[in-house]
Amino acid sequence: MATQDIPQDVGGGRASLFYDPKVRGIFFQVLVIVALVAFVYWIIGNTVENLKRANIASGFAFLNGRAGFDVSDTLIAFDSDSTYRRALLVGFINTLVVAAAGIVTASILGFLIGIGRLSHNWLIRKICTVYVELFRNIPPLLVIFFWYFGVLSVLPLPKESIELPFGSFLNSRGFYFPKLVWGDGSMLVPVALLLGLAMSWFVARRAKQRQMATGATFPVFWTSLALIVGLPFLALVATGFPLSFDFPQKSTFNLTGGLQIKPEFLSLYLALSFYTAAFIAEIVRAGIRGVSSGQSEASAALGLRSAQALRLVVVPQALRIVIPPLTSQFLNLTKNSSLAIAIGYPDLVAVGGTVLNQTGQAIEIVVIWMVVYLGLSLITSAFMNWFNAKMALVER
Amino acid sequence: MSQDIGYVRTEMALPQPAPLRERGPLAWMRKNLFANPFDSVLSIVGFFIVAMIVPPLFNWAIVNAQWTGTDRTFCATVAQGGIQPDGWSGACWAFVKAKFGQFMFGRYPLDERWRVILVAIMFVALLVPLLVPRIPRKGLNSVLFFLVLPVVSYFLLIGGVFGLPHVETPLWGGLLVTLTLSFVGIVVSLPFGILLALGRRSKMPVVKMLCVIFIETVRGVPLITVLFMASVMLPLFLPAGVSFDKFLRALIGVSLFASAYMAEVVRGGLQAIPKGQYEGADSLGLSYWQKMGLIVLPQALKLVIPGIVNTFIGMFKDTSLVYIISMFDLLGVVRQNFSDAAWASPQTPASGLVFAALVFWIFCFGMSRYSIFMERRLDTGHKR
Repeated sequence: MATQDIPQDVGGGRASLFYDPKVRGIFFQVLVIVALVAFVYWIIGNTVENLKRANIASGFAFLNGRAGFDVSDTLIAFDSDSTYRRALLVGFINTLVVAAAGIVTASILGFLIGIGRLSHNWLIRKICTVYVELFRNIPPLLVIFFWYFGVLSVLPLPKESIELPFGSFLNSRGFYFPKLVWGDGSMLVPVALLLGLAMSWFVARRAKQRQMATGATFPVFWTSLALIVGLPFLALVATGFPLSFDFPQKSTFNLTGGLQIKPEFLSLYLALSFYTAAFIAEIVRAGIRGVSSGQSEASAALGLRSAQALRLVVVPQALRIVIPPLTSQFLNLTKNSSLAIAIGYPDLVAVGGTVLNQTGQAIEIVVIWMVVYLGLSLITSAFMNWFNAKMALVER
Repeated sequence: MSQDIGYVRTEMALPQPAPLRERGPLAWMRKNLFANPFDSVLSIVGFFIVAMIVPPLFNWAIVNAQWTGTDRTFCATVAQGGIQPDGWSGACWAFVKAKFGQFMFGRYPLDERWRVILVAIMFVALLVPLLVPRIPRKGLNSVLFFLVLPVVSYFLLIGGVFGLPHVETPLWGGLLVTLTLSFVGIVVSLPFGILLALGRRSKMPVVKMLCVIFIETVRGVPLITVLFMASVMLPLFLPAGVSFDKFLRALIGVSLFASAYMAEVVRGGLQAIPKGQYEGADSLGLSYWQKMGLIVLPQALKLVIPGIVNTFIGMFKDTSLVYIISMFDLLGVVRQNFSDAAWASPQTPASGLVFAALVFWIFCFGMSRYSIFMERRLDTGHKR
């Protein structure tokens, strides 16, 4: 038969080594490693030479040097005699503060607008659509500039401050509001608050166990509210209201007293919140639309009211779709907070930039930035992954 | 047959108009704005918001706006040393008009601006036929757009050859810089992103590892730090005497950054292609690059067009960050002009920023609409 004449060539060893995918793979990887090592060696050589010529000592010893500059917004004690390390810490804390505040506001605003885009009300739907399409399509830096140069810096001078309710003022130097002053014995209040939180957690647990066992429900929400608000209030009454307010007072050129939020922080915070809210709104909308309408129909058939259906059936399922993209929006907001440098809010990047200009330690500063932001990213995504795993569908 | 039927209608009855309750603007309003008490409250709040924002904005931008003028006095009130009545608040379009050239070209020499305009004309003339699906010869068009145009534009914009005077990049600015950075970023990031995505899904551990490290590092840090790295660290990495143009450094930073994001988008597409496609290609005896180029990537890229365009939009917006390493793109030039003493007035910053926002918005919104159009067109119904 003709087929028998075909030479048998099935043994793997006989083919040329050149065509063996394994050998090729190893060859390419060795090539990549060699190229990379050579490239890194070349870069390090150049860098060492450049640093030597510029008389810059590499290493992180410079962090202990005297900073010699002031930072406008500090939450921890800092003056120009503090070290660079302290300055960077101040910047890092400022980054965290603005990111946390922005995330909370953007989430609330984004959820409202996302739900608004699905509203049956034509006007609300249109307003939300215009908002989303407007803010998604302009750069965040422009939004920051708009608040800073277009809105806050054209507000009147301190002596002509705009008066707002509750004794607060708005002027070109920022937003002033009364400061709470805690008197003697007020330590009892946070203790009571903690106690309330712990007790409501306990109540929620017991209520869940009881519902699982017997099916009887318990008004967890109202009980918790009573505990969390009531206990601190009771503590206040017991200690005889040791609270007072320090109201901002108008003087000739400035406002004294009270708490001041500087326009730099305000612009950055408002811009980040407004910008990110547009993206969160789209994520929320997609999440809610991703839950099939059969789910809400089925819950109506079970006799749930529409608020119950939303809370017990639709939102838990929508959250599963929403959480992963929401995580990346939170990370984006944190990274966008580095735009603070453009208006002079002293966040990590702005302070680091000043240190970089003073010391010339470019590599160290950039490494610090990258490590901090990468660390923040990793922590946030670890937390959100944990939360996601908790919310994810448990298939049996 | 039909005699015993008394009456047969030979034509259709005309449709009756809907009852009055169900038509007209009133019925529409009842249905869409005042369906129930809560809805009515929402509508009133909505009307209130619109009334708070739209009329003042209209007054500011159109009615009270100052359209002509030669300096700041036209846009300042009497108390501020200008001609406007006290309490006046309106857009200063005269400022935008006076600075329009700068907003578009930066400090590009006046006599040489025809070169930028020529490049812009070529860009549009090649881009439009590329975008309209009905126009044939897409292959030739893409070669011209992605290979010939960059080379021609490079020589036209930089000059120094064919008797064109040399224009240094620090003189560039405005929309010119924004568009150049975005265009180069887009052209570079797509192929690099595809390579990185393929590398991340490669079976070679070393290649995979390197790609993962690069992508995750770049995605984990803000663009500003990448730009800082490109602007302050890159010079340290190079041998003495070799120096990069600052513009080129920003380009490298933006392109690296966009590539990492593009890689993740493309990886999403690669993962969505069923295994059978890979195995089918293997069984046909295609090599790795044939398999990817002919079978996998065409399907994968089609799936992720919205993601790719979103990355483009993000990059277009992010180019505004080069202002921080003191380069002047559109937003940077606008910002720089706030401090021009001849035009400084309380209204100029807002006017300039609204103009810049409008330009950015038109480009980004256009891109997103085009992506929706393409998505519908390419939807061949094979979606699972």
